[in-house]
Amino acid sequence: MSVIEARDLRRSYRTRTGLWKREKKVVEAVRGVSFAVEQGELFGLLGPNAAGKTTTIKMLITLLLPTSGSASVLGHDVVDDAREVRRHIGYVFGGDRGLYERLNALDNLRYFAELYGVPAREQKQRIGALLELVGLTGREKERTEGFSRGMRQRLHIARGLLHDPEVLFLDEPTIGIDPVGARELRATIGTLKGQGKTILLTTHYMFEADELCDRIAVIRAGELVAEGTPATLKQRVTGGHVMEVETFGMPESAVAAVRSLAGVSTAAVEERGQAQVLLVQVGPGAEVTSAVLGCLGGVNVGRVSSREPTLEDAYVELVSGQ
Amino acid sequence: MLVISWWLHLKMLAVSAFEGVFQVIWPLFFATTAFLVYRQADDPQVMVYAGLGAAVMGIWSVIATTASGVLQRERWLGTLELLVASPTRFALILVPITTAMATLGLYSLGSTLLWGWLLFDISVPVADPFLFVVSVVASILSIALIGFLLSVSVVRYRTAWALGNLLEYPGWLLCGFLVPLTLFPTWAAWISYVLPPTWGMEAIRLSASGDSPWAQVLVCLGLGIVYGAVGALLSETVLRSARRHATLSLT
Ligand SMILES: Nc1ncnc2c1ncn2[C@@H]1O[C@H](COP(=O)(O)OP(=O)(O)OP(=O)(O)O)[C@@H](O)[C@H]1O
Ligand SMILES: [Mg+2]
Repeated sequence: MSVIEARDLRRSYRTRTGLWKREKKVVEAVRGVSFAVEQGELFGLLGPNAAGKTTTIKMLITLLLPTSGSASVLGHDVVDDAREVRRHIGYVFGGDRGLYERLNALDNLRYFAELYGVPAREQKQRIGALLELVGLTGREKERTEGFSRGMRQRLHIARGLLHDPEVLFLDEPTIGIDPVGARELRATIGTLKGQGKTILLTTHYMFEADELCDRIAVIRAGELVAEGTPATLKQRVTGGHVMEVETFGMPESAVAAVRSLAGVSTAAVEERGQAQVLLVQVGPGAEVTSAVLGCLGGVNVGRVSSREPTLEDAYVELVSGQ
Repeated sequence: MLVISWWLHLKMLAVSAFEGVFQVIWPLFFATTAFLVYRQADDPQVMVYAGLGAAVMGIWSVIATTASGVLQRERWLGTLELLVASPTRFALILVPITTAMATLGLYSLGSTLLWGWLLFDISVPVADPFLFVVSVVASILSIALIGFLLSVSVVRYRTAWALGNLLEYPGWLLCGFLVPLTLFPTWAAWISYVLPPTWGMEAIRLSASGDSPWAQVLVCLGLGIVYGAVGALLSETVLRSARRHATLSLT
């Protein structure tokens, strides 16, 4: 039995537009998503904005009822057995809402410790340890209305871990945290995984997903478009490599010419300061360097390099859809 | 869980009450108006009537407005989802919130009585302190239970918070805080008979003047419990509906 199982999950929202006409519109946020996460696995859910990641998570953590399909966590159905599910899961979302602004950090944690039934004897020690873990020790007596974005995010993480849940849902947990803090948090997530927790993570940082996840699913417009380990995803998209050409003042026609070359799967331009960097995804075994440079003709060319595809390259190709 | 949660919510409510002068000053403001109007009568009995009425009116106002505002605020803060996601039953989560409101109501009662005493020299003679306290507690409890029902409906209907504010003023009239119920047409009297504060108010007046308030206290509590039970039953249904219609968060 898998720890998290989603079976053909669907969810649509009804929204109203207009004040008077009241036109009803149905948004199909998630359209038939199925996946399974095994015990101790760290599963990444990636996808562009509005792809339906948060909606999927909210169905799994019992905050939204699926329009159709079913899901279970630790064998408990998320609709019929919601309370049992809630007891065993932790939920951390990104952003600066979700705190009692008028209470200090300690009281915020105490309240949720009560709601999760953490025994009074353990609370003090547990809250202390978590504050230490997220680096908020010494600030716990301050009201959270004065907290910076990263501090709030850290407090969210501590809250999600209060009852030592077996399954964790992390929806963009590193958003707003500084690079050093984010690195520490990634280490923490690694430690949690080491303790045998099952984790479902969403993030927009590809290197983060690459570093942490055992398996990744890419969701686009409510549907899964790919699933696999970071390594297989990279291979699946491009067996080849990525060529980067630094240029100055490159016409659009040149990009089109590069795209039409045999052996080139896609080409895109990225602005980097003064320069435009041409990113060419090269198919397996193809040798296109001189042909690409030929297309550029009289354009001023700087550094030329070639590298292995990253998860980001794979992701961009998957979600831009071909 | 209940005691600690009650204390934390009281902290939050108290802070907001002091910031938004609203909840504490507002009842005093109306109490003052009432005192000034009734002073024309130049009858100490009438002033006692007004003093008690204004005090209970304060409780009603505090609870009607905070009850509807409190969960709306949770929604704004984004904590409503977190409360629902916790394994504690939602009705149970609301109990400390409701009692915190009731405590604030008690505070409002005290402050109005003190205000009347200091500024208008109204001292309410309490013939039977024990029965008086019983009546006051019964009134506060039953009003808090109405507040509980109100806050439950806010979970599903985002606009229900307006209802609380809407109820504030008719409540003043219908519960006979300041005007005797006999002045109303019969249909209005029927509405007031299903509102527990009406009975609570009467119990408080009876006990202050030395009569037995037990019947009224019982009716008041009984009605309060009915409202509370409806709220508790509704809470599960309402929660499911909120999960279906995605009204737990604004995002
Ligand atoms: N409560 C709601 N009412 C109406 N529509 C909603 C609601 N919540 C989400 N949606 C819609 O559902 C779609 C999916 O949203 P969702 O929040 O799941 O995306 P996401 O993948 O988490 O995006 P992001 O990366 O921006 O967090 C969007 O089109 C969004 O507008
Ligand atoms: Mg999201």
